[in-house]
Amino acid sequence: MGAEGSNLRVQGIHYHTSLKGRSMNSPILNLVAERIIVAVVTLLFVAFTIFFATEMLPGDVAEILLGQAATPEAVAGLRTAMNLDEPAVLRFMYWIGNLFTGDLGVSYVNKMPISDLIGGRLVNSLKLAGVTAAISVPIALTLGITAAILRGTIYDRIVSIITIAVISVPEFMVATLAVIVFAVYLGWLPALSMAHEVTSMGGLLKVFAMPVITLSFVISAQMIRMTRAAVLETLNTAYVEMALLKGASRRRMVLHHALPNALGPIVNAVALSLSYLLGGVIIVETIFNYPGIAKLMLDAVSTRDLPLIQSCAMIFCLGYLILITIADLVAIVSNPRLQ
Amino acid sequence: MTMFLSLSNTQKARPRRFGYRISVVGAVSFLIIAAWTLVAIFAPYIAPHPVGDIVDFDFFGPVSAQFPLGTDYLGRDMLSRILLGARYTVGISLAAVCVACFCGVTLGMTAAVIGGWFDRGLSRMLDALTSIPSKILALVIVAAVGTSIPILIVTLAIIYTPGCYRFARALAVNINTMDYVTVARARGEGIGYLIRSEILPGIIGPVLADFGLRFVFIVLLLSSMSFLGLGVQPPFADWGALVKENIGGLSFAAPAVIFPSIAIATLTISVNLLIDNLPQKIRDRSEQ
Repeated sequence: MGAEGSNLRVQGIHYHTSLKGRSMNSPILNLVAERIIVAVVTLLFVAFTIFFATEMLPGDVAEILLGQAATPEAVAGLRTAMNLDEPAVLRFMYWIGNLFTGDLGVSYVNKMPISDLIGGRLVNSLKLAGVTAAISVPIALTLGITAAILRGTIYDRIVSIITIAVISVPEFMVATLAVIVFAVYLGWLPALSMAHEVTSMGGLLKVFAMPVITLSFVISAQMIRMTRAAVLETLNTAYVEMALLKGASRRRMVLHHALPNALGPIVNAVALSLSYLLGGVIIVETIFNYPGIAKLMLDAVSTRDLPLIQSCAMIFCLGYLILITIADLVAIVSNPRLQ
Repeated sequence: MTMFLSLSNTQKARPRRFGYRISVVGAVSFLIIAAWTLVAIFAPYIAPHPVGDIVDFDFFGPVSAQFPLGTDYLGRDMLSRILLGARYTVGISLAAVCVACFCGVTLGMTAAVIGGWFDRGLSRMLDALTSIPSKILALVIVAAVGTSIPILIVTLAIIYTPGCYRFARALAVNINTMDYVTVARARGEGIGYLIRSEILPGIIGPVLADFGLRFVFIVLLLSSMSFLGLGVQPPFADWGALVKENIGGLSFAAPAVIFPSIAIATLTISVNLLIDNLPQKIRDRSEQ
């Protein structure tokens, strides 16, 4: 219960409360199916929210697009062309339908198809996220599990204090500190990466280094905290205590009794922590001028390019929803009480 | 009123434990938070230089006796700007967290008491809202309606209400099964009375701890928004905006970039540490 409390504080348990009540008499497949249906419904609701939040603009989109010198005829023409005269619900239907067929619309600002604008940027962001995950997951799991095993020692306290400190500060502070340490004082890396200068493997490494270091710190801190809580929760169960009482060594107790059962919660923690990538990436791509999808979305916000904002927001929400759904599915499947 | 009563009850019931469990860390954190609150209130009176005045011919000036925290990219005094910035960071965040917690806790308790389709519908809807990453939702809202201080407060409140709701509802559901609530219901008390006098006193401790944590989240999100240029707009500047303004000094580690970040860190870390060092009794009352 205690660890669940701390999880709640960090992220919030997704749907566990609603699932617990029914878990006793329904097979695990039903739960999985229900969770996936919930995810799909949620995605529709999210699309609805994003669409209406951006459509509730004060002022007329056609007038904004054409500028102040537009003739009324031109405005009326554009309104018809963009279906602006139709009810918002109908436009939402068109929009959703187009999303499913892969037609993301056309940017207001530079009139390019949005799928062209997003394509390369999305690949860049995924590369950044992939490299970050590949580095931070093994490190965070090692630190989290060892901190839980050595609970109460000076090592555990140091790890806990550092993770709390990283979680408590904004991502841009981690980024600025990384620049000050690695670029200004140590002089290993350029202060701000310039993506246009990538010509060699070394250049690529330098562009990636600072964003990956920053993101890894942010993600690892979350992951260490959650992993530690997950392992501690398992260590507090009766069967682990039983192992201790029958004389198993602390090492055996953890590796043979606690860890196999903590595997589900750990994978759950990893998936939830990775969802923090989505928030962190916005700050990191901005500060390091990295040509990813978050930077694209931010530029779209400053030019109020609504179709582009909608598409980027949907991509982010989809990624987030996939991660938290995986986290929940792992939690369901790995729960021995449901089998 | 109820809030005050139940808090003092908790303290009165365990005076020795309370005195014992408040550690040095907790006390220091509390002092730092109190200091920032005072700064936010009295900032104009204690700032050594007028906040908008260019007082130094040099920009990104170093730490000196005249300018204890250096000067910014225009040669304005950083200390004064950080002191004034506390107003925006602390003020906006506090307003937003109050709105979010009031809405979230009220809705959460109501949902727990009423139950049925109202509870299910509201829970599903607010859960769906949490499926939008907070920064993305903030970006979308700002893109749609622009940015100003009232809009920021409402945006932050909307983003953090579902979390409050979920937390308060989970606690209230436990209290709702208690005998004294059943008795009150049998007496024919209304929903307003039930949530105010029966449920709220039972969950107020953890809710206050959650209030503090959510305050930290809001400070972080507000700072990030301002850092991205979508939060507090010039000529005003909160701590996040101060970092953004002076980001040009990053490549030579100017004090103007470092000190606003430190200000944010002292506030957020203090709140986190204070909550971690609260007596267990206040934090987890409903989990016993």
